[in-house]
Amino acid sequence: MRPVVRLATAGVLALAVLGSVPAWSDAAVMRILVEFIALLVLAQMWNLLAGYAGLVSIGQQAFVGLGGYGLIVLADDLGVNPFLAVPLAGLVATLFALPTAALVFRFRAGYFAVGTWAVAEVYRLLVANTPALGRGTGRTLAAVFPLARESRELITYLLALAIGAAALVAVYAYLRSRLGLALMALRDSEAASETLGVDVFRTKLTVYLVAAFGTGVTGALLYLNLLRISPDAAFSINWTAYVIFIVVIGGLGSLEGPILGTVVFFLLREWLSDYGAWYLILLGSVAVLVMLVCPQGLWGLMAERWGLSVFPLQRRVQLTEGLTQARSGCLLRRDRPGPRRP
Amino acid sequence: MTLLAVRDLDAFYGDFQALFAVSLDVVEGELLAVIGANGAGKTTFLRAIAGVLPVAQQAVRFRGRAVGGRPAYELAAAGIALVPEGRRIFPSLSVEENLLIGAYRERPGSWTVARVYELFPSLAARRRQPGTNLSGGEQQMLAIGRGLMANPILLLVDEISLGLAPLVVRQLYEVLRVVTAEGTTTLVVEQDLSQVLQVAQRVYCFRKGTVSLTGRPRELGRAEIAAAYFGV
Amino acid sequence: MAWVDTVVQGILLGGLYALFATGLSLIFGVMRLVNLAHGDFSILAAFLAVVAVQVAGLNPLAALVVVVPLMAGLGWLLQCAALNRLLGRGLLPAVLVTFGLSIIIQNALLETFSADSHGLNPGGIETASVRLAVVTVGWFPLLTLATAVLVLLALQLFIGRTALGRAFRATSDDRETAELMGIDHRRLYALAMALSLGIVAVAGVFLGIRTTFTFASGPDRLLFAFEAVIIGGLGSLWGTLVGGVILGVAQTVGAKFSPGWGVLTGHLVFLAVLLLRPQGLFAPSRRVG
Repeated sequence: MRPVVRLATAGVLALAVLGSVPAWSDAAVMRILVEFIALLVLAQMWNLLAGYAGLVSIGQQAFVGLGGYGLIVLADDLGVNPFLAVPLAGLVATLFALPTAALVFRFRAGYFAVGTWAVAEVYRLLVANTPALGRGTGRTLAAVFPLARESRELITYLLALAIGAAALVAVYAYLRSRLGLALMALRDSEAASETLGVDVFRTKLTVYLVAAFGTGVTGALLYLNLLRISPDAAFSINWTAYVIFIVVIGGLGSLEGPILGTVVFFLLREWLSDYGAWYLILLGSVAVLVMLVCPQGLWGLMAERWGLSVFPLQRRVQLTEGLTQARSGCLLRRDRPGPRRP
Repeated sequence: MTLLAVRDLDAFYGDFQALFAVSLDVVEGELLAVIGANGAGKTTFLRAIAGVLPVAQQAVRFRGRAVGGRPAYELAAAGIALVPEGRRIFPSLSVEENLLIGAYRERPGSWTVARVYELFPSLAARRRQPGTNLSGGEQQMLAIGRGLMANPILLLVDEISLGLAPLVVRQLYEVLRVVTAEGTTTLVVEQDLSQVLQVAQRVYCFRKGTVSLTGRPRELGRAEIAAAYFGV
Repeated sequence: MAWVDTVVQGILLGGLYALFATGLSLIFGVMRLVNLAHGDFSILAAFLAVVAVQVAGLNPLAALVVVVPLMAGLGWLLQCAALNRLLGRGLLPAVLVTFGLSIIIQNALLETFSADSHGLNPGGIETASVRLAVVTVGWFPLLTLATAVLVLLALQLFIGRTALGRAFRATSDDRETAELMGIDHRRLYALAMALSLGIVAVAGVFLGIRTTFTFASGPDRLLFAFEAVIIGGLGSLWGTLVGGVILGVAQTVGAKFSPGWGVLTGHLVFLAVLLLRPQGLFAPSRRVG
């Protein structure tokens, strides 16, 4: 069976299992799973930006907040169905991402990170000073109250599943496409890929907007789950902190890394929940150590050691009968090997 | 006396091998030329000796000590100065500061800023200007002066003729001849043969990462050199 | 005259921001590194001063004698043990490591000193004031501005006139060729980081005297330092001072309109400079970032 088909089958099975959770588990488990999925999607988006496009942003919390507040405004003030408002809030975030990009793209490399954070702070302060958005105290999502609690929690959970699955599929499909190839070339060498016709600016902008959309949708999902939003929470740098730890510990630049990282993150959180700030100190220390000693992260280590790959993205050149052809992934030529030349 | 002894030197850029078992001697007090076509490995060779590229420890012996793989700043302190390809003048430093930075390790010797200005008067006139404001020829002079300020035992010079008029190049080679005569052993890497073979006492020719010929310029025929250079 | 007073307060505040910004600008100039824990280190220094005051009964300004060398030593250690290992791996690892350090420092401070506000009391000088023509200014803000100017002068002399300063400039231009001159860039970077943290320690202690602070005060310091550098222009030491002053004035004037708008006004001025003149107001010729 081709690896992609294997992957798709596994994915459908996983989805089925997760989809059945409401039947045999309780609301607390569903809430944690929603949070898990949310962090996973945030991590995938950040990984796309930093691990693939080389854009190290510490300001993605801007889009978490914009998505969250977008949800409130759309659902409560504009009367949109709150569940429908979640993807629409993503669009709101993307809309704000355009002027944001116009500003932060003026920074190169080193200062880009701080620049994104500065802009996130501006959004936070603007929201905190806007009476209609509840100022510093924030707002509560009222539009869901007519719904029974079980129904709301169920639909939120299923929505989270849909978002998580869609995000993984979309990112994977994108990376396997020609656009994704351009992105990976860009990551390896900006100068070289530019000479080959890759529009560096457009590619980076597209990724930035896509990441903003994904982050915004997730922000909306998070506050659909939490119901109560405030600027300090929604625009908190902690979102970025968690995501960075997840991606670094799990492994940058792969799809599997963030998944593994999110699992580790949640496990650590459960084990260390009684230790307050020590939990973050440990997380920070592990991330720093990983970057210093083993930058490819847990998944990178595992993949290297055991040759694993859940989301195959490498392209191999195989020479058959004197012809050179580039094929995607480690599939196809498995069952019909051609003569290999050294 | 052999100042620098290179034996079976291999050098790599990542997975790509640029030098294959190069063996070479530099005799104290001589002006040695290393010639070869573009890509033959000459600059790689200089970088390997100067400590910019990592190589096997025993492959390079300087004054009897194995120094292969030592970092460049250590070798600079030990008396090996490299005048790099493309001059690489520091833009944030003035002409005089570029010279002064050459003496960063404060090695004892007779080269001072005043002496360099005697050698290259046009530099004195521009001492306070940014180093990169100079013409190509003057920048090359500055780069050589900067190398001399380190009071080196071995001066390595990489491709000084690139982009310069023949007259200027001749003047520079005359300077190198004088410098060598006064006691600084000099190794010159050069693509353009017209001038270097007139001042060098011995020559090595590189081709595709190995030594293809060695001898005294006067004793080698044009055809022989061409064959070693181009490989025909 | 209230507006004049506000602007003067802003200028003096700018002196403090310039102190914060100098260290950041220095290491970015020398090694192209942005230390995301820069602000947190200054708060760490402020807390160290708190300890020195509690344990030894020192005046906070006297505590500088202990705190500054300690922080400088920490900077040296940080560079040697961690950041030097990241050289040649691009900017991502350095950003992530310093970000991780920022989180570690903040939470370590939280665990050690709780979430309470702390302050440093130098025994009256912080409330003393002097009359200058039409305005009354505090002694301490004046001292802060004077310190910032002195530090910048000293740094400029160091970079411009000494052999080590030449080595900094050469290494910043072309690290490989600088190595050919015998310059070990690792030790140079360690020295730069030591200088940077030493300066930011002074800034932190001065901040602690001027106002109260908590474990979480670090990130805002980084932000203001960053904004001051960008407004003033990269690669210009005195631009950093001007940037700090502009930021300070923007904040105080904004706060006069409405208390919640002080910091925000500063951010907006920063963004305006970024939009209209991205290289900053005094940049020599370098690109942004």
